[in-house]
Amino acid sequence: MTLILFFEQLLNGIQFGTMLFLMSSGLTLIFGVMGLINLAHGSFYMIGAFSAALIAALTESFWLALLASLAGAAIAGVLIEIIIIRRLYRRDHLDQVLATFALILLLSEGVRWCFGAFPLYLNIPNILNGTVPIFDNIIYSKYRLFIIFMGFLIALGLYILITKTRLGIRIRAGQNDRQMISALGVDISKLYTIVFAIGASLAGLAGAMIGAIQSVEVGMGEPILILAFVVIVIGGIGSIKGALVGSILVGVTDTIGRIFLPELLKVFMEPSNATSVGSSIGSMLIYILMALILIIKPSGLFGKS
Amino acid sequence: MRKFTTTLGALLVMAASSTLADGHKVKVGMITTLSGGGSGLGIDVRDGFMLAVKGNKNISVITKDDQRKPDIAVQLADKMIQSDKVDVLTGIIWSNLAMAVVPATVNQGKFYLSPNAGPSKLAGKGCHKNYFNVAWQNDNLHEAAGGYANSAGFKNSFILAPNYPAGKDALTGYKRFFKGKLAGEIYTKLGQKDYAAEIAQIRASGADSVFFFLPGGMGIGFMKQFSQSGIKLPIVGPAFSFDQGILKAVGDAALGVKNTSQWSKDIDNAANKKFVSDFKSEYGRLPSLYASQGYDTGKLLISAMSKAKIKDMDKFRNALRKADFSSTRGKFSFDKNHHPIQDIYVREVIKEGKTLTNKIVSVGLKDHSNAYVSDCKM
Repeated sequence: MTLILFFEQLLNGIQFGTMLFLMSSGLTLIFGVMGLINLAHGSFYMIGAFSAALIAALTESFWLALLASLAGAAIAGVLIEIIIIRRLYRRDHLDQVLATFALILLLSEGVRWCFGAFPLYLNIPNILNGTVPIFDNIIYSKYRLFIIFMGFLIALGLYILITKTRLGIRIRAGQNDRQMISALGVDISKLYTIVFAIGASLAGLAGAMIGAIQSVEVGMGEPILILAFVVIVIGGIGSIKGALVGSILVGVTDTIGRIFLPELLKVFMEPSNATSVGSSIGSMLIYILMALILIIKPSGLFGKS
Repeated sequence: MRKFTTTLGALLVMAASSTLADGHKVKVGMITTLSGGGSGLGIDVRDGFMLAVKGNKNISVITKDDQRKPDIAVQLADKMIQSDKVDVLTGIIWSNLAMAVVPATVNQGKFYLSPNAGPSKLAGKGCHKNYFNVAWQNDNLHEAAGGYANSAGFKNSFILAPNYPAGKDALTGYKRFFKGKLAGEIYTKLGQKDYAAEIAQIRASGADSVFFFLPGGMGIGFMKQFSQSGIKLPIVGPAFSFDQGILKAVGDAALGVKNTSQWSKDIDNAANKKFVSDFKSEYGRLPSLYASQGYDTGKLLISAMSKAKIKDMDKFRNALRKADFSSTRGKFSFDKNHHPIQDIYVREVIKEGKTLTNKIVSVGLKDHSNAYVSDCKM
């Protein structure tokens, strides 16, 4: 194992983490402000990817497709918030889980009716195709660097939004005391719709960016959703900073673990067994990490106890 | 949708029970993946099977979605056997689901015709007289890939597959025929879509070729990311990552890749020509190898029904064993462990107009059976 390879895998981990951040920041924002557990968050990831694939097929422009993913997921988010989610805020968490789980099934089936069961085509633009050398001899994918860049750009954008704008003040106030800010004359239901739409559009953007290098298909959001929940539990529910740190932590642990654990086991095991055992343990690592962090800090790294 | 299928199922039950007196009727339970990731495979198997039995009044089919979950597949199988009283089960795509369903099914005196999954356990020690695999033993296509790698002069392969029964069978199959060294061997997570870490390992490994088995959406991600990585190594793999349902989503990244398959749409025989044109006119798309497997399963069942009644299990089993039907693959017969003996082809991904598809380059392995026949005591 050379240092160069290790560094490249570290970058891969960070890239995976920034993508997780796009998912988990929306999830944690929605939970923090509205107290809603939204299992259907992965569906917005899927809707974003399908909107992007549709627009890319029509216009052949990746950049328009990215805009379409934001818009598509935001529109779906607003509609779903107004029609369904709005009725769930006062209910307890079990009702929310049941209702949003039903939403997953409805949205997946709906997308399949519209687009069919076969994966769609969505590719990255030529300008981002290929690799660039970083430092001396690390060759890294341009597109993955672009994902890392976008992730940190959005983290910065969210930071400014939350700390420097009027909307951000309202969001923070909503997190602290819902009744008080509605008593002060803030239109709370409009605020909720906006927050929900922001969360949905971030998930949609993640879906489009990742769909372009993976596959755009029905049910693509659920595996990511589970990881996003792990991230917000690690980071502390409701904390955007926690979501960022948690995402990078999970991304790096998962990537480094699944590659280097089998290599490590090969030192004292037969190679084919080491590969098999190592990859099995590697896929458990993030859950072990989560358990360890919860033992030390039960409310997550940045959660309010 | 679910309600619709249940109603449809109920109607079929009524229709079947009203004419139960006739011993020529066969009731088929199809458990396959129709929703979520990997549903394209199940839909192709179902559509191929339904095309084969279309218009046959003696066959009724109940179709249920297993959602790619072993526990759901087991529940569906129990229900189909106990309350729907099916005679034959079929349809399962994934080996881990097949391992959960098949042994219990055949032990309860039902036939299971596999249109896809062919785990090594069910071909060797766990073989059963009521279990027939119409597709392949899992290792087969990978063995052909290993054979092709030798003839292409590869000496140092990097190999990867998901960590589940069929993934292990895949790497075993490749290694059984490949004579070169291994530059690396990785088991990935089942359902994994991002291969940045694995591709970095491949780049650093000094391999001269890559063999991978990543069925369904997993392969789409890998092919795209591999072509973007700028690594110029030749790739070989089984047809699962290059079938008709997936090629469109992979795009030009797949062009020129060699892959191994027991079926291709350009196999030159009358049954295959009819299948390809019927499938196209019925469903408006090109068939995949999964569809051909579903179709052959249906045709095999019909051939046995014309020779024996299902209630006479020994006679029906012998009729199945003869495999007296015109397969889309041409020559087709069963070995002693009820797995196919057939040719495995090497195909290349090409462009026909704007459509990506495959054409046969050569015959990889002729009249190929499987390595587990001698383990099967039947």
